[in-house]
Amino acid sequence: MAYTEEELKKELETKEYEYGFYTDIESDTFPSGLSKDIVRKISEKKGEPEWMTQWRLKAFESWSEMEEPEWANVNYVKPDLQAISYYSAPRTKPKYESLDEVDPELLKTFEKLGISIDEQKKLSGVAVDIVMDSVSVATTFKKTLAEKGIIFCSISEAIKEHPELVKKYIGSVIPPKDNFYAGLNSAVFTDGSFCYIPKGVRCPMELSTYFRINQAGTGQFERTLVIADEGSYVSYLEGCTAPSRDENQLHAAVVELIALDDAEIKYSTVQNWFPGNKEGKGGVFNFVTKRGICHDRSKISWTQVETGSAVTWKYPSCILKGDNSVGEFYSIAVTNNFQQADTGTKMIHLGQNTKSTIISKGISAGKSQNSYRGLVQVGPRAKNARNFSQCDSLLMGNECGAHTFPYIEAKNNSAQIEHEATTSKIGEDQIFYCNQRGIDTEKAIALIVNGFSKEVLNKLPMEFAVEAQKLLEISLEGSVG
Amino acid sequence: MEFKEKLISSHLAFEEDLNLDDSVHETRASALKVFEEKGFPSKREEAWKYTSIEALIQKDYALFPKSEASINVNDVKKYFLYDTDTYKVIFIDGIYSPFLSNTTHDGLDVCLMSAALTKPKYRELINTYFNKIAPEDDSLTALNTSYAKEGAYIYIPKNIVAEKPIEIIHFSSGNENALWLQPRNLIVVDQNAQVQIIERHQSLKEHPVVTNCVTEIYVHQDAFLDYYKLQNDLPSASLIDSTYIVQEKKSHASVHTFSLGGKLTRNNLRFFHKGEHIMSTLKGVTILHGKQHVDHATLVHHAQPNCESHQDYKGIFAERSEGVFNGQILVDKIAQKTNAFQQNNNILIDDQATVNTKPQLEIFADDVKCSHGCTIGQLDEEALFYLRSRGIPKKEAKALMTYAFANNVLASVQLPSLKKRINGQIAKKLGVNLGFDL
Repeated sequence: MAYTEEELKKELETKEYEYGFYTDIESDTFPSGLSKDIVRKISEKKGEPEWMTQWRLKAFESWSEMEEPEWANVNYVKPDLQAISYYSAPRTKPKYESLDEVDPELLKTFEKLGISIDEQKKLSGVAVDIVMDSVSVATTFKKTLAEKGIIFCSISEAIKEHPELVKKYIGSVIPPKDNFYAGLNSAVFTDGSFCYIPKGVRCPMELSTYFRINQAGTGQFERTLVIADEGSYVSYLEGCTAPSRDENQLHAAVVELIALDDAEIKYSTVQNWFPGNKEGKGGVFNFVTKRGICHDRSKISWTQVETGSAVTWKYPSCILKGDNSVGEFYSIAVTNNFQQADTGTKMIHLGQNTKSTIISKGISAGKSQNSYRGLVQVGPRAKNARNFSQCDSLLMGNECGAHTFPYIEAKNNSAQIEHEATTSKIGEDQIFYCNQRGIDTEKAIALIVNGFSKEVLNKLPMEFAVEAQKLLEISLEGSVG
Repeated sequence: MEFKEKLISSHLAFEEDLNLDDSVHETRASALKVFEEKGFPSKREEAWKYTSIEALIQKDYALFPKSEASINVNDVKKYFLYDTDTYKVIFIDGIYSPFLSNTTHDGLDVCLMSAALTKPKYRELINTYFNKIAPEDDSLTALNTSYAKEGAYIYIPKNIVAEKPIEIIHFSSGNENALWLQPRNLIVVDQNAQVQIIERHQSLKEHPVVTNCVTEIYVHQDAFLDYYKLQNDLPSASLIDSTYIVQEKKSHASVHTFSLGGKLTRNNLRFFHKGEHIMSTLKGVTILHGKQHVDHATLVHHAQPNCESHQDYKGIFAERSEGVFNGQILVDKIAQKTNAFQQNNNILIDDQATVNTKPQLEIFADDVKCSHGCTIGQLDEEALFYLRSRGIPKKEAKALMTYAFANNVLASVQLPSLKKRINGQIAKKLGVNLGFDL
């Protein structure tokens, strides 16, 4: 019998999380709960200078007065923030000279993901800064980068070694008071990546970090800071998978990008955290704040493939402050079973002749809810601002939902803004057409889904596109490939 | 005393000469409680994010006009569709004006809400229809309900086609310093009936007036409703207009809103579908200048399969005017084969003009065709150059293009005399005489 949408639906529902495994590494974990003392302890544990401790405490203070936001189109049981342990680091922190010295357990983890460091190293020349839980345990290619003057290290290292840079830029795009989860992150972040590209340097390789949530009951609070100095270029990759856990895990990361004059930052994410099982139990809460600021003639490009997490709340944004700056946002969000995603972007046009492009593709299956929420704002002085937005949704089965909430605010008469959105299912006529050309239904669905998301997949760097395809397959197995 | 307090404390006086035993009293009382609890909407509410009525409610408005104002027919004649014979329900300062009106009970009812609410023969109708679709939790609608007393009541019985259009006009005479009006209209179009209605709010003198109007409309099976809202008031007048429409199967309803004047205008327009094969049309043209503010908040709730809705709103904003479009399409899980379309195009003429638009789709069914488009831009420079190279002066060329921009909304106006009238108003608003009849 031909493969029908019914069958596809069934298969999607029963598809278990393939990457649900748990790496057995001894961890050093704090008692759960959050207070001033814990914040101080985190800072102390990491051997941070006094100014950083004060910065955290200030963030904690303002966070204490904030309330958890409720405006997003998602329903979930709010995580008990006092039941989370705010620090978890592999107990032994070895310094590796080569990959062979890395804990074989860890390497196995990456092997299971099909992206072993060895392979990465050999095939693509990617420098990987692995973040296992909260502390980075392996950094490769550091030397090659150092020759160019590029700083690529963990943020805790940067706080110690490059305090002048961190001090100047941390919190400059996303101040601790920005929102509830950014405030929480500012107070308790344990690690993350730091990247600085000096003036006029083109980063010779794709920089990449793999985040994993490992220890059960551990919140993950990553902080990433990327600074591209004048005229430089960097492409940064971030990929995530998390082992299967029954209780919900919270992830509240903050990513700040700073593109100085004439610089370009390309930030790509593939996110495949545990989405919960088919009854909607478990899964990761992904409440991330990502924002970049563009100075004159610079460009920031966000590309994301979101397939995991039980609840996603994520709006990578661009503040187009400088004249002639460009912001881009390409996104594929796939939700299945009981997943909920409320994701989109903000493009804030402040400078003259600024341009932004938003392409968002939402695919919902099972009983999931997928929302696009975006803001395009043109300030009164942003002459000749240009925006194009396109949000397409694909629905599979009649129990899922797709929603669009675009906010468009123009305060300048020279602004040109276009927004269009469509919602549809895979057309019977499309399938029929493929069938009568000898393509079976399964292949046909794959073809259509692929075509639907191609615009975004094409924006991913080569090394990542393969993995992204793979993740799409897992999320919508049977429909892709 | 704050205006909210005044509204609450004046309610006793309002109900003094009304029958307190009937069910309408209970509706009013519970609505007042809702308003008391919620108060006026603030910008903190998502639905009022871009429109603030804070400044409006600072004044001390009169709720009950002291004296009946008389106005000369010749002064207000220009606000009527004088070249067409129509039924008219005219109010001056919220009080019915029998002299200007032309009501009927012959075959169809075109009369007054006050009569419908009090006379026993309407009791059943009121019990069936009054305040049944107006959302209970909307504070301004609740406020209107608590003061519901007067307005137009229209009932078109089964298989009747109203042979003349119906005009509902609310004048404010300017006898009071500041006036707060709360008309309440109820319109029922029974099975297979047809009607055309034109609604207008007009102040005759520059004076602060706020109208918080609620209209409930029931469109039964196979019925046909064609509704036009003309909003071309003086710059001192504000309007909060809430219209709730329920449609039964195979019915058609269309609402055109022309917002050309007024200080602050908020249009809440909501459609609820209760059967299959329903067609809903929502169209609007907004042309503003000065510091005017118009907010269109639309909702089409597709709750049944095989229905269609079509929204098309055009906005042209000059000087420091502000336009808001907040359109929502809701498609329930069972509403398969829905075809919903939404479009909002805006032109910003001057530097200081602002547009905030938020077209939303919320879709729970998979076999649907839903799309929306939204643009903000300018007049095409090249087209403008082309027209000028053909000897058309810049101002006229611009007007011509602006007119063309708004044209597909105008094209669907079914009443020729009304269409001509609106064309004239648009030309006037654009400050040109095109030299030919548009």
